[in-house]
Amino acid sequence: MSLISEMRRGGQGYLLSAPALIMFTCLLLVPLALTLILSFNVFDYEVGVKSDSYTLANYGEVLTDSYFYEIFLRTFWISALVTLLCVVIGVPEAYILSRMGTPWRSIFLILILTPLLISVVVRAFGWSLLLGADGLINQGIQALGGQPIKMLYTPFAVIIALVHVMLPFMIIPVWTSLQKLDPAAEQAALSLGATQAKVMRLVVLPQIMPGMLSGTLIVFGLSASSFAIPGLLGGRRLKMVATVVYDQYLSELNWPMGATIAVALLLVNLLVMLSWNRMVEGRYKKTLGE
Amino acid sequence: MAFLQLEGLSKRYGTIDAVVATHLAVEKGEFVSLLGPSGCGKTTTLQMIAGFVEVSDGRIVLDGRDITHAKPSSRGLGVVFQSYALFPHMTVADNVAFGLRMRKVPAADIQRRIKTVLDLVRLAQHAKRYPRELSGGQRQRVALARALVIEPPVLLLDEPLSNLDANLREEMQFEIRRIQREVGITTLMVTHDQAEALSISDRVVVMQAGRITQIDEPYKLYEHPRTQFISGFVGKANMLPGDLDGQGCAQVRQVPGDGTLVLSLRPEKIDLVAAGSGRLQGKVITRYFLGSQWLYRIETAIGELTVVRRNDGAAPMEEGTAVGMDWQAGLLRVLDADEVHS
Repeated sequence: MSLISEMRRGGQGYLLSAPALIMFTCLLLVPLALTLILSFNVFDYEVGVKSDSYTLANYGEVLTDSYFYEIFLRTFWISALVTLLCVVIGVPEAYILSRMGTPWRSIFLILILTPLLISVVVRAFGWSLLLGADGLINQGIQALGGQPIKMLYTPFAVIIALVHVMLPFMIIPVWTSLQKLDPAAEQAALSLGATQAKVMRLVVLPQIMPGMLSGTLIVFGLSASSFAIPGLLGGRRLKMVATVVYDQYLSELNWPMGATIAVALLLVNLLVMLSWNRMVEGRYKKTLGE
Repeated sequence: MAFLQLEGLSKRYGTIDAVVATHLAVEKGEFVSLLGPSGCGKTTTLQMIAGFVEVSDGRIVLDGRDITHAKPSSRGLGVVFQSYALFPHMTVADNVAFGLRMRKVPAADIQRRIKTVLDLVRLAQHAKRYPRELSGGQRQRVALARALVIEPPVLLLDEPLSNLDANLREEMQFEIRRIQREVGITTLMVTHDQAEALSISDRVVVMQAGRITQIDEPYKLYEHPRTQFISGFVGKANMLPGDLDGQGCAQVRQVPGDGTLVLSLRPEKIDLVAAGSGRLQGKVITRYFLGSQWLYRIETAIGELTVVRRNDGAAPMEEGTAVGMDWQAGLLRVLDADEVHS
């Protein structure tokens, strides 16, 4: 304790955290600031970015053009659905995992984590091999005498691949909060006459709310800003915000517009996540005191 | 037929016998303790009665009804867990109301019954608090109240006091006994603490390596332990070599290696007398001050003996003093060899 307060007084703390602070500043704060400035710059198709003149026109366009509304709306409903599916699949999975015996629990935990070791791009290609017009699934359908179904380049493909990628981010926080549960509390509920379903709903679920909250925040945030999966499985037509930003920067070369959309995504994402956090946390904070 | 009856109850985990053919009959309103060292099968026995552990063999009969394979939720027993197992996200009142809500008791009745039971455990003013805002002893009372409010036929207590500090533990022992008497509920308590078992039970069941080795009232158990293990586990005991004299009375043999029987003599039953007199001679090696008592370790020809004397205000024996020891021959107990080993 005394060492820490001594360091605080001498200002050594700043010195010790300087490497992290410098990295944080260079790699996050400066680019963010530059993006923000860029988003107010004027763009001219003849000469490109005019870095000495500023305008609000980019924001005006994003706010008025229904094209952007559609893309933002699509991004957020896909992210919300992915989050919901991750809760529906991930929470029971984490619960089963926490109930497993010693050798199996570690084996399955590693199995859940291994997909994280494979690049998202590789996994997206894997899905496109499965879901493509002449992919494995359609070949199977045709072999059984059915008509091929269009799956690739639909929201279905994007959602299924996003759920696959995001599931570990839901399972891990839920699993962590399940570890804190007293197994005797479930036995107590059973002995008091609760059915297994009531034990889950009234005893287990309320206690893992903090874990579910962090899980939903991570999954939603990452989904809403995901780029590789919508880019590879959504194709040219099914665009999400991150792919539009990419297009603005690299196809249209309209950097200020790309920056504006990126800033808008950041703001809307922040707004959604903060209000969700407030709403859920407010409900359990009082009772669980965390 | 007894109110709660265990008939040849057994539990095997693979090749390991956790509980072996246990027979026990508990009368209505009785307070019975299962006492034993850790791993003796006492908690497994309790868990089988509660329904959390499947029975391998034998039957559990409650009030004439075979509940051996009934679900825990349909047994209706009150269980208090070692960790209390309170629901951390519910207030004290909601914790207590849980069992009543599961039984679909009308809301007005629930309020009345919560109030009654919280008065019983003296927690009425804490009804709106959350478990984390309570002390260990208060949580213990909530757990008790939650188990009692459903008016179960049997109350099962699993090491209910082991998480409390020493002073509180003693207070809660008497509190549990008071509540049990007031409600008149049949109670089965698992404990590894012999003092706890002796002080509040009507009968104590000693378990060792999955088997019951003695069932007796606390006083009888202390005065007449059956085996060497029980004698050493329940209270302190001196084990002395001995045999029977002409009249069939036990006597201590003072030649080392002599004597075919093992005798038990409680430390407080030995009188310290002047050196040279009494039945046995020895020398004080160490003494310990226990507050109300002095505990002496005395070296003799037949091994080290423990003697406890009341702290009556007189100066205690110095270490190194030679002393004589005396006792009433009738207080020697012949012990059986241990038939099971834990």
